[in-house]
Amino acid sequence: MQTRRETLKHSAAVAGLLATTGLFPQHALAYNKAAFEVKSLAEVAKALGAGAPVESKDVTIGGPDIAENGAVVPLTASTTLTGVKQILILVEKNPAAMVALFNVTDAVEANFATRAKMGQSSDVYAVAIMNDGKAFFAKKEVKVTLGGCGG
Amino acid sequence: MADPMRIRAQAAGDKATVRVLMSHEMESGQRKDSAGKLVPAHFINEVSASHNGKVVMTADWGPAVSKNPFLQFVVKGAKAGDKISINWKDNKGESRTDEATVS
Repeated sequence: MQTRRETLKHSAAVAGLLATTGLFPQHALAYNKAAFEVKSLAEVAKALGAGAPVESKDVTIGGPDIAENGAVVPLTASTTLTGVKQILILVEKNPAAMVALFNVTDAVEANFATRAKMGQSSDVYAVAIMNDGKAFFAKKEVKVTLGGCGG
Repeated sequence: MADPMRIRAQAAGDKATVRVLMSHEMESGQRKDSAGKLVPAHFINEVSASHNGKVVMTADWGPAVSKNPFLQFVVKGAKAGDKISINWKDNKGESRTDEATVS
């Protein structure tokens, strides 16, 4: 287990290295560790500085109704809204709710797919955070027959 | 050093769908080994994608992304022959960059 101090030192060193190689994307936001530690949709939105999330039919979450293997659950998140800053994928009952955060630019569509681990049956969320800080979400229940978090 | 990523980028109209398979353990830090000790977390936490050298998408990931992660996204304005490159970094500071050509 790394202490917070070590982690900070480490990431500072890495950032320094990247800055010298010129690989560090200028507009990239710092890795938001706090957002990956909280347990609910509302807390994640807060950690990212967004408003209270509102359910919206313009946001779509895709995934299986029943996942046989919780270690690999294909999930998609997309929205038809414009002015999207970030797209998030969350699994409510995981030890930390947030699975992935995508920073959207004008050059990509607000449509992402990935695979997530799920410890147990749970609601999954797609969240769109807009440039003005508003947050919209869609949710779907995925039943897991075999948990994917091991232990 | 981690194995190369498999990247496929297919153009359709004025956009291209990019599919990436990365090779990574994605250890969550929740799992215990046979001796009952926690296996330390080891996962990709930052991903970025570039189109002809310009960053078009960045992502932050937690340990809940599956082992050997899959990622799909759509790049607007990409056509056949363009270069798509993907870079990831994990929480131990390892990183890898691979490039593919849009077909």
